[in-house]
Amino acid sequence: MGDILNIFIKAAFIDNMILSYFLGMCSYLAVSKSVKTAIGLGAAVVFVLAITTPVNWLIDYFLMKDGAVIPGVNLVFLRLILFISTIAALVQFVEMVVEKSSPALYNQLGIFLPLITVNCSILGASLFMVSREYNFGQSTAFGIGAGVGWALAIIAFAAIREKLRTAAIPAPLRGLGMAFLLTGLMGMAFMGFMGINPADYIK
Amino acid sequence: MATETKDSVFGKKERKLITDPIDDNNPVTVQVLGVCSALAVTSQVYPALIMAIGVTFVTAFANLITSLLRKSIPSSIRMIVQLLIVAALVQVVELLLGAFAYSAYEMLSVFIGLIITNCIVMGRLEAYAMANKPWQSFLDGIGNGLGYGFILIVMAIVREISGKGSFMGWKILGDWYTPNNLMVLPCASLFLIGVIIWLQRGWNRKLVDIS
Repeated sequence: MGDILNIFIKAAFIDNMILSYFLGMCSYLAVSKSVKTAIGLGAAVVFVLAITTPVNWLIDYFLMKDGAVIPGVNLVFLRLILFISTIAALVQFVEMVVEKSSPALYNQLGIFLPLITVNCSILGASLFMVSREYNFGQSTAFGIGAGVGWALAIIAFAAIREKLRTAAIPAPLRGLGMAFLLTGLMGMAFMGFMGINPADYIK
Repeated sequence: MATETKDSVFGKKERKLITDPIDDNNPVTVQVLGVCSALAVTSQVYPALIMAIGVTFVTAFANLITSLLRKSIPSSIRMIVQLLIVAALVQVVELLLGAFAYSAYEMLSVFIGLIITNCIVMGRLEAYAMANKPWQSFLDGIGNGLGYGFILIVMAIVREISGKGSFMGWKILGDWYTPNNLMVLPCASLFLIGVIIWLQRGWNRKLVDIS
């Protein structure tokens, strides 16, 4: 149990998807103009990550071990294609749910909802899960943790950008340039968590 | 570009397809595509170079294939078709790197697989290849790959020299230089790209964000 909590905290704060791996930057920069939309997208990403990571773990475990489907054939070369298909299907599903349940949010998110498919943090989490050899429980915790960390970063960032709207910034730096500098500062702040091993505190 | 008249193989329009994405329409600093990997693989020059080559290859060929198939892809499932084309190409790159450049393969780890979700590839497929002829699409892919690679390599050079005092792994600054460890850390790349955008918009005024 402590192990799972450890992975969750690590994924959310210490190895934050945006601030230390830069995954999912595109939608992070584009959908962070207001806190409300940022919360909506954050929730959608948490949901997609929480499901795709364990589902991809199952696919990896049952289909891609040496000789799992056809004896003597290793299907690892299909990994990327299968992972991205799971993600695309699930995002399509989320899109339909959001459209039915909250049309306002659907309109605000616009193109960025289907683009969760190509949000690097989703595929990134699945690939990290494989390369770090997590088991089923650990990869679920990792998926949720990574999603929470991502949502946290985008919401905080949107709040800062809302305040900055009235600030006097040099023209060439306005918009994108400032967004990058800000993310850099936030990344530095998050570095304060580096080197902390949550396992030391969970007994 | 609805009025496709006579297309030369390498005329003015074709040259523009390659040069435009390097400054005026740079995928990273202007279109804001593919930022994720641009930031993560630039702490040294060698992996950045490999990454740039990989992305150029994938963008060019994904553009070419999508453009060849553009009339037979139903629009309702085009995202999935595009993703599969890209995923297959990325898998090829991954296997090739694993076989011929294992050290780069190790260093880049998940970021090779993440070329699939690199927005440059999908963005160019959607914005260009779905509506243009194969040869032009191929050039557009190369142009955007080069524009991406250009930013990647500039950042990697600055970060490797200031952060490690070396270039492509060779030590070029002597012992008098104390490596600035901050430059190797992830957040330095964010500051650096912010500054690059600032400089670029400083001299290329038409890119300035008015809103």
